[in-house]
Amino acid sequence: MSDVGKTNVVLVGHGMVGQRFVEALVEQAGGRVAVTVLAEEPRRAYDRVHLTSWFSGTTAEELSLCSAEFARQHQMDIRLGDPVEAIDRIGRTVTTRAGRSVPYDVLVLATGSYPFVPPVPGHDADGCFVYRTIEDVEAIEAAARGARVGAVVGGGLLGLEAAGALTAMGLETHVVEFAPRLMAIQVDDGGGEVLRRKVEELGVTVHTGAGTQAVTTGADGRVSGMTLSDGSELAADLVVFSAGVRPRDQLARAAGLAVGERGGIVVDERCRTADPHILAIGECALAADGRVYGLVAPGYAMAEVAAAEIGGAGTDGFTGADLSTKLKLLGVEVASFGDAHGAAEGCVEVLYSNTRAGVYKKLVIGADGRLLGGVLVGDAEAYGTLRPLTGGALPVPAEQLVLPASMGAPVRFELPDQAVVCSCHAVTKAVIRNAVTTHDCLDLPAVKKCTKAGTGCGSCVKLIGSIVTEELAAAGIESMRGLCEHFAEHTRAELYEIVRVKGITSFTRLIDEHGSTGAPGGDGCDVCKPTVGSILASLAQGHILDGEQAALQDTNDHFLANIQRNGSYSVVPRIPGGEITPEGLITIGEIARDFGLYTKITGGQRIDLFGATVDQLPQIWKRLVAAGFESGHAYGKALRTVKSCVGESWCRYGVQDSVGLAIELELRYRGLRSPHKLKSAVSGCARECAEAQSKDFGVIATAEGWNLYVGGNGGMTPRHADLLASDLDRDTLIRTIDRFLMFYIRTADRLERTASWVERMEGGLDHLRAVIIDDSLGICADLDELMDRHIGTYRDEWAETLADPDRVRRFVSFVNAPGIPDPTVRFTAERDQIKPVLFEKLEVRGR
Amino acid sequence: MTTSIESTTTLTVEIAGETGWMPVCSYADLVPGRGVAVLIEGHQVAVFRDRAGRLYALANRDPFSGAYVMSRGIVGQRGEVPTIASPMYKQVFDLRTGECLDEDEGPDGDPAALRTWAVRTR
Ligand code: SRM
Ligand SMILES: Cc1cc2nc3c(=O)[nH]c(=O)nc-3n(C[C@H](O)[C@H](O)[C@H](O)COP(=O)(O)OP(=O)(O)OC[C@H]3O[C@@H](n4cnc5c(N)ncnc54)[C@H](O)[C@@H]3O)c2cc1C
Ligand code: SF4
Ligand code: FES
Repeated sequence: MSDVGKTNVVLVGHGMVGQRFVEALVEQAGGRVAVTVLAEEPRRAYDRVHLTSWFSGTTAEELSLCSAEFARQHQMDIRLGDPVEAIDRIGRTVTTRAGRSVPYDVLVLATGSYPFVPPVPGHDADGCFVYRTIEDVEAIEAAARGARVGAVVGGGLLGLEAAGALTAMGLETHVVEFAPRLMAIQVDDGGGEVLRRKVEELGVTVHTGAGTQAVTTGADGRVSGMTLSDGSELAADLVVFSAGVRPRDQLARAAGLAVGERGGIVVDERCRTADPHILAIGECALAADGRVYGLVAPGYAMAEVAAAEIGGAGTDGFTGADLSTKLKLLGVEVASFGDAHGAAEGCVEVLYSNTRAGVYKKLVIGADGRLLGGVLVGDAEAYGTLRPLTGGALPVPAEQLVLPASMGAPVRFELPDQAVVCSCHAVTKAVIRNAVTTHDCLDLPAVKKCTKAGTGCGSCVKLIGSIVTEELAAAGIESMRGLCEHFAEHTRAELYEIVRVKGITSFTRLIDEHGSTGAPGGDGCDVCKPTVGSILASLAQGHILDGEQAALQDTNDHFLANIQRNGSYSVVPRIPGGEITPEGLITIGEIARDFGLYTKITGGQRIDLFGATVDQLPQIWKRLVAAGFESGHAYGKALRTVKSCVGESWCRYGVQDSVGLAIELELRYRGLRSPHKLKSAVSGCARECAEAQSKDFGVIATAEGWNLYVGGNGGMTPRHADLLASDLDRDTLIRTIDRFLMFYIRTADRLERTASWVERMEGGLDHLRAVIIDDSLGICADLDELMDRHIGTYRDEWAETLADPDRVRRFVSFVNAPGIPDPTVRFTAERDQIKPVLFEKLEVRGR
Repeated sequence: MTTSIESTTTLTVEIAGETGWMPVCSYADLVPGRGVAVLIEGHQVAVFRDRAGRLYALANRDPFSGAYVMSRGIVGQRGEVPTIASPMYKQVFDLRTGECLDEDEGPDGDPAALRTWAVRTR
């Protein structure tokens, strides 16, 4: 349908780039264009980059990039499942497979790529797959159910992702790569070797330098395996081809438009073909710099250029893109940037390789000493600083940049001003410094707002933070060492001491007596209030919802439940050690059913009930408390769970009662408020099924007693715990944990997990042992007493709340309409349970 | 403003709606430093009381999450400005004007400011 007076834009292909193009176009020229989308796939654009997450449960709906609402709002005419078969350039129409003829003023081709399948015998047998669309992964998953062995042809980025998916589904997995190494495009031989070892450690068998000669089939015509180029046979029940992609340029080719020697529709810097009415963008285009880009970011850049071209806005054009990448493949970090293969004449390489530790780092240095590029495998931490340095002189000897920190002096150097720190928004260090010095941006949020740096993928935020701190220091503005503007002179640890020594029991007294200039008499803020609330609670100063303390708590503590994205709350009863009776399970099930809550087994060996309104919380807890459950403190910076493995009672390898100890520890430390959350686990033998070494404190049974590990962490920066002491008897173990926890609570920063606390401790583990085992500071008696006080005064917060009508009164949606629940908290159904309805106004634009 | 407990327990908090002042709760319902939500004329309004006893009334919808939760945030100060921090993603707003001090726009592209209402005690 063509609207009179509007430019009729027809998009062929609704992939990632096509969708971005439409978004940019409606933003620039919304009222002036009528958009028709002709798509081959049966669904609207989705996130192909995260296709692999489909295997871990991400739904097609979650992958979607274009909501029905977006399409409706912009009156897009989207026709799915009907590919374009021909372009009539003279009549300016396209014809679809179903025979529809659609006229255009401007035609945009965004047809992407197709997976290349080597034409070997058997390549199309039953059991052969490619890896590009949701239909592909659905088919692979279905086939994997009855299969034992899977083979992936191609050891590049996609091949390894596919291999990861097959292993995750329990298949014995082989990767067959023609090149002599994995990820041949991004990494070099040395990096490929380290990557290979790491991938093999994950149980994937890698065959490099091996071609696929034929796919063999059984009597039923189904795949039975492969013949490799060296003549060897590989048995396999399914084969996934991931041997590269080719641009889908057939339409343009047939319409007489120029295509490159190795494919790709030829376009200029403004994404135009030779026909002024036809543009091409994304993976199907051969860009002005003579390359076909197989990554999404360059495609997005082309989409913006094409939209500006049609919308009439000025544009710099698309002249090429940076191919730097940092990925995490099968848990292995791989980064490659600039001239990764050292192609420049006269360049030299500086490298560090350690196959035992699985680390490989190479920098390519030009004849003139400038950094040209590099490859990092296994540890890509330095990518954030190296990428912006690329193209410039190195501030320190290159050797220092590749050696592990433990082997050289810590590297300290300055980035040059012209270094691009945020590549998403092309922001240089100079611009960031300028924001601080001339625009008075005094912290990270202000700089982000002012420069846009850090608001794209977010990978540069850490670096921006350190530049801002440096710049402030240089300007003589000391970055605050204290907690916040209200306690600028005091760290959390100091406030803890003040509260403890002076016996302070209220925030107002603390801020009035010890706040910074201007703070006395004031309200504090959302940083200092919860911190002080937590300190008061750690020192066992009464119920957290009493009097003034109530006003200090974060919303989660305030309602003793975790807030969810639609304003509803979740409920987590404590299930110590993960042990629960059938009656307990039934009770939880009944309560969830009666209140219509979504239930899920958490990663912490207990059950979370989601979707309660504020009004329902006391009613739900009344029933839970009556059945003997108590608060699980999922909402607090407090002890969460002590996970356990089944241990010696049942397991044939167990050497101690791990469940018994886990329950004992969980009951001992329940309710203990701390600078950040605390997690623990107990394993019954060294097989470590409870993952104790990833916990703040973890215990592993030995034949003689218990080994205690501390400072472990999952989360964003995982860290394995350190062995603090071995073969402890029960009493010594518990005393040592008591002191460890109390020492942590006393000295850690706000929101600092034990992992980073242990890491930054001067003197390290030895110091920690000296303090809590040998009592070198003479504080152990204090620590013990504090823990005894905590245990002696522990009471279930929920039972206490329910017993006090004043505390219960706050659980209403509206004070002037008690009994009326918040009407905006609504749910739909998903997989037979409820799911929050999100707010329609919030169709967040795809990034 | 300093008011003694005796005189505040009987006070009523009122908000100026389209049809005039409407009582919404008693002053004693408000804990210093925290808020409550009320319904008036089909709007959800978050009402706060700070440590000094001053009252504020703003829209209860958090522009960043879309959830109606502002009343469950923490009252504080940034410099001289009395503030409320959203409990969801912690953006901070000026309690007097509703202006967001951290970001100008919500994810939907609309200005992130909260509507305000006049509020008084009687
Ligand atoms: C429910 C649960 C996910 C699940 O469905 O399994 C979960 C849910 C949340 N996690 Fe978690 N985490 C859950 C297990 C974990 C685990 C696994 C574990 O405990 O064994 C980890 C990694 C282990 C670790 O903590 O070291 C984990 C690492 C995190 C982190 C990262 C912490 C870090 O140090 O980096 C956060 C963010 C934070 O706390 O700042 C987080 C934060 C959250 C929050 C609180 C996010 C939020 O603010 O809303 C989620 C609360 C949802 C809710 O309402 O309950 N969650 N979270 C799990 C609850 C376990 C429980 O029974 O208490
Ligand atoms: C598993 C996987 C992982 C990836 N990971 C990354 C990554 O980590 N980083 C990265 O940068 N890139 C990654 N990519 C590549 C990225 O997905 C592509 O660069 C991006 O999708 C290209 O967008 P596009 O719109 O050009 O093509 P596509 O997204 O492929 O869209 C093209 C669309 O056009 C349709 N089409 C084709 N011909 C016609 C026709 N004649 N008529 C109508 N419709 C037609 C196709 O069916 C398709 O829907 C990955 C790809 C895959 C498959
Ligand atoms: S915080 Fe934890 S539960 Fe929430 S989405 Fe992230 S990983 Fe999942
Ligand atoms: S590099 Fe800065 S946000 Fe992506």
